[in-house]
Amino acid sequence: MDRPLNWAVLSVVLPLFGAVAAFLARARAGQRIGLLISLAVVLCSCGLALQLLEYGADRYGIGGWSAPLGIGLVADGLSAVMLFMTAVVGALTGLHATRYFAPRLSHDSAQAASQAHRRRYFWPLWLFMWAALNALYLSADLFNLYVTLELLGLSAVPLVALAGGPSLAAAMRYLLVSMLGSLAWLFGVALLYSAHGVLDLDRLSGILAPGPAVWAAIALMTGGMLLKTAVFPLHFWLPPAHASAPAPVSALLSAVVVKATFYLVVRLWAQVFPAALSFAAGQLLGYLGAAAILWGSVQALRQDRIKLLLAYSTVAQLGYLFLVFSLAMAPEAAADAWRAAVLFAVAHAFGKAALFLASGNLLLALGHDRIDGLHGVSARLPITMFAFGLAGVNLMGLPPSGSFIAKWWMLIAALRGGRWELVLVLVLGSLLAAAYVLRVLGPALMGPARGPRIAVPALMEWTALALALLSVLAGITVSTSLRLLEVGNPFSPAPGVPQ
Amino acid sequence: MTVTFWLPVAILLSSFVPGVVIFLLPEEQSGARTALNLIGAVIKVVLVIGMIWGITEGRIYEARIPLLPDIDLVLHASRLPVLFISLSAVLWLLTTIYAVGYLEGSPHRSRFFGFFSLCVSATTGVAMAGNLLSFLVFYEILTLVTWPLVIHRGTEEAHQAGRVYLAYTLTGGALLMVGITWLHALVGPVDFVERGALAGIGPDYHGQLKVIFALLIAGLGVKAALVPLHGWLPHAMVAPAPVSALLHAVAVVKAGAFGIVRVMYDVFGIEFATTLGVHRPLALVASITIIYGSIQALAQDDLKRRLAFSTVSQISYIILGVATLGRLATIGGVVHLVHQALMKITLFFCAGILLETLGIHRVSEMNGVGRRMPLTMIAFSLAALGMIGLPPMAGFISKWYLGLGGLDAGDPWVLAVLLVSTILNAAYFLPILHAAWFRPANSPWPEARRGEFETRLYLLLPPLITALLFILAGLFAAAPVSPTAWCHVIADAEYGQ
Repeated sequence: MDRPLNWAVLSVVLPLFGAVAAFLARARAGQRIGLLISLAVVLCSCGLALQLLEYGADRYGIGGWSAPLGIGLVADGLSAVMLFMTAVVGALTGLHATRYFAPRLSHDSAQAASQAHRRRYFWPLWLFMWAALNALYLSADLFNLYVTLELLGLSAVPLVALAGGPSLAAAMRYLLVSMLGSLAWLFGVALLYSAHGVLDLDRLSGILAPGPAVWAAIALMTGGMLLKTAVFPLHFWLPPAHASAPAPVSALLSAVVVKATFYLVVRLWAQVFPAALSFAAGQLLGYLGAAAILWGSVQALRQDRIKLLLAYSTVAQLGYLFLVFSLAMAPEAAADAWRAAVLFAVAHAFGKAALFLASGNLLLALGHDRIDGLHGVSARLPITMFAFGLAGVNLMGLPPSGSFIAKWWMLIAALRGGRWELVLVLVLGSLLAAAYVLRVLGPALMGPARGPRIAVPALMEWTALALALLSVLAGITVSTSLRLLEVGNPFSPAPGVPQ
Repeated sequence: MTVTFWLPVAILLSSFVPGVVIFLLPEEQSGARTALNLIGAVIKVVLVIGMIWGITEGRIYEARIPLLPDIDLVLHASRLPVLFISLSAVLWLLTTIYAVGYLEGSPHRSRFFGFFSLCVSATTGVAMAGNLLSFLVFYEILTLVTWPLVIHRGTEEAHQAGRVYLAYTLTGGALLMVGITWLHALVGPVDFVERGALAGIGPDYHGQLKVIFALLIAGLGVKAALVPLHGWLPHAMVAPAPVSALLHAVAVVKAGAFGIVRVMYDVFGIEFATTLGVHRPLALVASITIIYGSIQALAQDDLKRRLAFSTVSQISYIILGVATLGRLATIGGVVHLVHQALMKITLFFCAGILLETLGIHRVSEMNGVGRRMPLTMIAFSLAALGMIGLPPMAGFISKWYLGLGGLDAGDPWVLAVLLVSTILNAAYFLPILHAAWFRPANSPWPEARRGEFETRLYLLLPPLITALLFILAGLFAAAPVSPTAWCHVIADAEYGQ
């Protein structure tokens, strides 16, 4: 096969070099490097998607070594979708960050200094995290995945801490959780390696034999990832971390980072573990997801700050992703269920990023993000509030958003399987989401604006709106994205990745 | 890609595009905004006339856009959808003219007219949806884009109404979605087909299908304001008068009623529904709603609230007609989609004029208003008499066909329901007319502004035009271009004649 460019490798290497360059450069140049790399990675992910559509899934050996010795990268439709989602959210959030971290008029020199500090370190850390994310989507063996997990955690934690002050405690807790999750993964990998002697995902899926060691490994690895994905009741660390980080960082964490560990669970459960999984295991994840939907939504209804509300909403929305595991255990519904999960993850990524960026705009305009102080703000920031509303439609699962189509599939799968309790949870989740979105939208549309007028840069408003539109368009363009997802489909019984 | 594909799409876009552009216009540019609105509305009317002509020539308009692997987003225009589209196109044009006059100088007009256009686009989509998924998509979009219109005034009362509205309609939407997905899980994608898509389903599924029918009707019944799901409608009348006019005549309430027509005729099919025996309970609920709405209307002193309960009652005429077997009842029900809209929009236009010009909220404040605003009150009186069912107004035609249909189907109690309802209609409308024309004014009315005849022309023209329309629709019901004649053909198709 003649492939002109190795887009997959580039999408890992470019942000990595970018991170080093941005670290060495001055703040201003660092930002330029960051934007340039963002553009390049977006192009890479588009290039990879087109290449996959044309040639099918592919495996790359870095440095000419192939498995089992070298570092293998595998690109299939699922990786490409995740890569693309990360690239779009990352690029738009990066644009927003150029204004969010811009120097502000401030008489307080300490404040100005910490703003400069944020501006200085955001780009190297984010580019490093981006490289880790892309490597995670493309890695084809369990140990490399462990490495990417650690790199991801090590860059995500300082990003949270950029906000300073109260965020430090949240960042510290996040660090511990992240390490614990990775450690559980490593134990699981060790167990699998001792049992089967391979780390490569495809080889492992071929020879996986159920047994106590394998079950323990599945439990450890899944548990570690559940902790990192903040699945109820392991979600305790997420709201403080996501709510106290700077808005662009919150957007990246809630939109993308939690999806990366979710992606790993899907990859393992759909592609590697099926031989050793029992129906009950899927049910357990499904019920945890259902509990997350209800608990997260109810908590979101009780918050009095927008960012906390959004963070609990993330807890709830992640629940849908795990509810799918219970539906996917029925063989005839599995393909629809996994599709629904991936589409939901992508739509939520766009939508939640838009919401956190919008919350950053509100914070800048009002100086706070209290829900009771929002009166009339839509007159000041119509574009931001419009973005909030559109992304809110996605949270409510209403058409034409991506999560509407995802919920459509979930409902059909649940109804086919006679899973009435899940139908009920799906419906309640949407209604609760509507209730907490309206807690913000209602007051914002009420009466004339109050308080001083602080201008918000247009770029910050438009990036939020662009992401919100994408989350809504994800539902309309679903037939196109499905074509990509079907390339080397890991959800079919025989994975089509060439050896 | 041909005319049959692009015409439905263009009709949808003719209100969607102006809506989106209006959002981007600065608040001060009211001239450009009005021009955009009117151009869009006129284009829509012209396109719809073209479509009506094409359909009488025997053409079928359909646009399919792939959405999911097994389901397309379908816009399909045959006789029944076109009835609803032409209604919404004409009334959108008139309501836009009215709204421009009504909201002159008030804040947030870009937002208002933007959502107003989106609301009409969603209604057009509901009308043309060719399968249940497409219907659901536009139906839910309609729910959402109407909310900013309901809370437009921004007062605490408006927001309370907005919350009630969403609590009802979103729950209804969720029930509808469960019903539709259940149907899909059972039988796969369901297109709207004349005489019903489900007719061939074996008796094993009949139990489930009955539950699905109930879910669909409950979901749609929220918007169609079936008792006991009607609670949001009287609250929603806090919205500005043009919104109420559109809400009650064209958009939200009608979308629910139209959905019930679709489910009954084009999903289940009238014969299959009879086999299942689901039409009786529906007719019962509709009858209860007709009587209950009228009794509630009697007790209201607030004019718009009285009109709102009158809508609750009148919409169920449509549903009663749909749930009664036989061609004549079908004609009566479906044609009432149009007749009720023309009469009710006239009433709300006039109520808005009274509020805007003289500050009248209540029925008890209307003494002697006929002499101050003769044209407005003539239009109001004609519409009210039409609602009661006095010939030659259009309302008489609806009731005539419904009554005949009831007798034809062997359900004489339909006639009884109509009779009681007519008496109640008279009881809540005639006192208004008596007060307006025959009682002396409570206090002298404020004078009209110089150069104006009783009120602004923008406000006065639309109700006069709609009044003319429903009189013509009644007088010339037998003419081949009347809505009634159009409904004859629809009914023939649904009964396979």
